[in-house]
Amino acid sequence: MDQQVAIAAEGLVKKFGEIEAVKGIDLSVRTGEIFGFLGPNGAGKSTTINILCTLMKATAGNAAVAGVDVERDPAGVRSRIGLVFQDPSLDQQLTARENLEFHAFMYNVPAAVRAQRIAEVLEMVDLADRANSIVMTFSGGMRRRLEIARGILHTPTVLFLDEPTIGLDPQTRRHIWSYLEALRDREKITIFMTTHYMDEAEYCDRIAIIDHGSIVGLGTPDELKATVGGDVVTITTADNQAAALELSERFQLAPMVDNGTLRVEVDDGAGFVPRLVRELSVSVESVAFRRPSLDDVFLKLTGRAIREEEASPKDMLRMMGRAWGGRRR
Amino acid sequence: MSETVVTAPAVRRRGPASAAWSNARAVYIIWYRDVLRYSRERAQVVASLAQPLLYLIIFGTGLSSAIGGARFPGGANYQTFIYPGIIGMTILFTSIFGAMSVVWDREFGFLKEVLVAPIDRAAVAIGKTLGGATRAMIQGLLLLVLAPIIGVALSVGSILGIVVLAFILAFALSALGVALAARMRSMQGFQVVMNFLMLPMFFLSGALFPLSGLPDWMTILTRLDPATYGMDALRRVALGSAADPLGVSLFGQIVPIWLEALILIAFGLVMLALAVRSFQVRD
Repeated sequence: MDQQVAIAAEGLVKKFGEIEAVKGIDLSVRTGEIFGFLGPNGAGKSTTINILCTLMKATAGNAAVAGVDVERDPAGVRSRIGLVFQDPSLDQQLTARENLEFHAFMYNVPAAVRAQRIAEVLEMVDLADRANSIVMTFSGGMRRRLEIARGILHTPTVLFLDEPTIGLDPQTRRHIWSYLEALRDREKITIFMTTHYMDEAEYCDRIAIIDHGSIVGLGTPDELKATVGGDVVTITTADNQAAALELSERFQLAPMVDNGTLRVEVDDGAGFVPRLVRELSVSVESVAFRRPSLDDVFLKLTGRAIREEEASPKDMLRMMGRAWGGRRR
Repeated sequence: MSETVVTAPAVRRRGPASAAWSNARAVYIIWYRDVLRYSRERAQVVASLAQPLLYLIIFGTGLSSAIGGARFPGGANYQTFIYPGIIGMTILFTSIFGAMSVVWDREFGFLKEVLVAPIDRAAVAIGKTLGGATRAMIQGLLLLVLAPIIGVALSVGSILGIVVLAFILAFALSALGVALAARMRSMQGFQVVMNFLMLPMFFLSGALFPLSGLPDWMTILTRLDPATYGMDALRRVALGSAADPLGVSLFGQIVPIWLEALILIAFGLVMLALAVRSFQVRD
């Protein structure tokens, strides 16, 4: 097993009855990398992460995490990985320290280093002064930080984060990211995370875009954006259909209609806009161009914007939990 | 931020020899977590005593008057008769309700984190059952403070017997609850468990009326209810041998208390085995 590879997966397939949630995924995540798994809800992100974390069995294919086969030695994998779930998994009636102590106990952190290590991870996420507070009194961002601290408590080789910033406000999300980056630098850990926030994927060293159970794009954020072309121009006109026809015939472009606007990719946005306004026979109502974002990459690779999924029974349970549990922000 | 970095590996990798020890530790920690939480729920503990008190004081007094203060063999009045049954009821309800929390805890709570830890899932099922049993047992035993008011004279021996039986009953019912909860994927099943299992088990258990002279169909159902043997054993120990004629009979014989305890233990172990299996299944 190559020491430089933290996660290796070949031909992972997961079927739920007739439905194929994951359709043959190949992955190779390097040691020390922050690897983002990007895709809409229901694309197969959580299923893949669950297979890698040994919570689910793959229908076909194989995977190794930290050099350990997920099928042959699930306990070996579990002792080498840290996990932060999409849903809260703290005991809210216990203190921050007690939550960490229970974790340390289950992961066989030797008693001699337990207290020191707990102090260290609490310090790392700026919760040292709240160590003895009951988790119930924590804000959503504090709970997330505590979960991250818990995830790294047993010095795992790979840290998995499933939608780590879901439901948090933008400021808290930025904070969480600064903790994760500091963590990667200090603990030499590999971070594998899923998200459906495109802006967050920018923090990752490399990204895989997954849709309908397959990887449709893989590379650094810049590499992926380079596949889109120079600039993205969005246009609204008096007659979008006529304009689209003209754009493809006269300008040799491939316009996409999205929410009442036309999108085209051009090499030089600044030069294209004046020409467009001058030469297009349909009257232009507005026009804008910008550097491509990962949203554009996603749109190009999948043909649509990132979408929301219908509520599953689990989502309903989740909503009930928010209604009861309250304080998660 | 501190600049110290621990370089030594903070995790001891397990060899096969220490696996059993590690699982024993896991059972302990899961049990301990339940007990620790329970010790912090004082307000809830007190509030949950309201229901048994309503049964004892209002229902007990009301029905006692309705039947003209008639006495049971051994001289017990109705209130005294149901007193051990209400202890059993408290254990039954606390066990099943406690186990149902597994459904929630597994998706959105600490149990989710426990299930991905490098420990055997069997330890989770066992720890959860023992934790729930401990809570239910204590909850039931709290009612012993009412004994002087109800007029039940307890001795050291009978208290010890009640403690042991309360734990056995709590263990059997918690194991049943955990086995059910392990297979449930949403809280929707909770209503079903309550109305089609927990309440029938309570009414058929003989907590509120003697189980003799009933129609055949009901006699059969009461004997199939594991809670029956717990209620009966608790009553015979609490009220003394004078209450023996009230004992549950199987095939024309009054079942000895030790056999009732064995039936409960066997039932609990079967349920625990089912719970362990359900927990060990990976999707």
